[in-house]
Amino acid sequence: MRIKTTILFSLIASLGLASMAFAAEDGRSLAFDKKKGNCLACHAIPGDPKAEAAGNIGPPLVNMKQRFPDRAKLRAQIWDATVANPNSVMPPFGRNKILTEKEIDLVTDYVQGL
Amino acid sequence: MKQKLITILALLLLGASFSVYASPAKDRAALIKYYKKILPDIKFHDYIYGALAMNPDAKAQYDDIMSFPPYGIDLDKGKSMWETPFKNGKKFSSCFKHGGKNVAGNYPYFDNTAGHVVTFENAINACLKKNGEAELEYGGKQMGLLTAYARSLSDGMKVNVKVKGKAALAAYEKGKKYYYKRNGQLNFSCASCHVQSAGKFIRSDQLSMMIGQASHWPEFRGGTKITTLQDRFKQCQKNMRAKPLKANSEDYNNLEYFVTYMSNGLPMQTPVFRK
Ligand code: HEC
Ligand code: HEC
Repeated sequence: MRIKTTILFSLIASLGLASMAFAAEDGRSLAFDKKKGNCLACHAIPGDPKAEAAGNIGPPLVNMKQRFPDRAKLRAQIWDATVANPNSVMPPFGRNKILTEKEIDLVTDYVQGL
Repeated sequence: MKQKLITILALLLLGASFSVYASPAKDRAALIKYYKKILPDIKFHDYIYGALAMNPDAKAQYDDIMSFPPYGIDLDKGKSMWETPFKNGKKFSSCFKHGGKNVAGNYPYFDNTAGHVVTFENAINACLKKNGEAELEYGGKQMGLLTAYARSLSDGMKVNVKVKGKAALAAYEKGKKYYYKRNGQLNFSCASCHVQSAGKFIRSDQLSMMIGQASHWPEFRGGTKITTLQDRFKQCQKNMRAKPLKANSEDYNNLEYFVTYMSNGLPMQTPVFRK
């Protein structure tokens, strides 16, 4: 009985982990996808070996947890960069509905982990 | 006393007209200064090469291609269109000064009688109409091939667009406003990329500066795909997820007027290869 619970517990735990990994994977593919985030058009992502052929209009996305300890601030930057900087050339992904709210959450998760 | 008043009045008027007419020249000078600052290694006369001026390897490849251009046959088609007489026996050359040599750099110009901008393509169609021939489709392949050859007769001429008078200035200002206005889902203006981000990479494309963009049209993209300047406006607007306008629309003609004015002083070369 006890063994069973443990197995069940670790099963649930690994499922949870797997779904978290999926979320990051989703966020990453949204960030890479030219028809979605296309963040690579402007940002290098040095911490992700799959991030190739990136542009340099924006700063490299590194040390994000350090630079954006507040997740809400990071999400706000992605939702509408022109709030912090009216001259920003970064597209307002939330305001102009380039990404859905759910997609912005996924991208934020991915970027926060960089 | 009276004379003094008149002198003052005349000076005032002169001052007023100066401040109106000086503005395109000032815009251009300010922009040249800006590009010099952000791209100090690029010389003014190399602005015609756009992004190629920023990348010696790409420029070397371009020079190779241009020494034996893949669009030779297409250009010959344009040449034969230019030289084939109309039904009335006249030719295109009869519609232009110097038979069409060293004239293309004066376009677009503002026609005060008509009250709008006249592009080189407009002048081609006016010539066809005057001679009882069917006009060509703006942005179409025939117009592209014909103007690729017709403009090559002005190779080496300096772009020489004039903005004189209130109505001309208003058209210039409209073009300028369009250039700097953000539009489309991605919220870009033309200036977001070609002014603010000139020299930077967007993915693997390096962004050209606006000055020098208008001196070499049409282009053969990818070697043989004829592309007019206004086709290029459309392509950029599609990338911005903005709604492209029609070729020869008033907005595009004003935009072309503004953008070409900014290339003043640079030598024409048509056609050229771009990837
Ligand atoms: C067209 C260019 C462009 C695109 C596309 C773009 N950005 Fe940006 N981004 C910028 C620029 C420029 C800045 C610099 C600050 C500013 O001007 O807003 C910036 C800043 C940022 C910052 C703040 C970085 C810092 O260190 O302050 C984050 C985070 C960010 N972008 C994330 C993203 C994400 C995520 C995407 C895709 C979903 C994206 N960006 C797409 C241009 C872009
Ligand atoms: C999101 C970025 C972006 C925006 C916004 C943009 N362009 Fe471009 N444009 C490019 C890229 C990339 C190229 C190809 C590389 C180059 O030559 O700059 C290009 C090329 C051009 C060229 C051809 C240069 C040459 O010599 O072949 C012209 C002309 C041009 N753009 C005009 C415009 C105009 C006008 C607008 C606005 C209506 C505009 N662009 C908006 C990215 C952009």
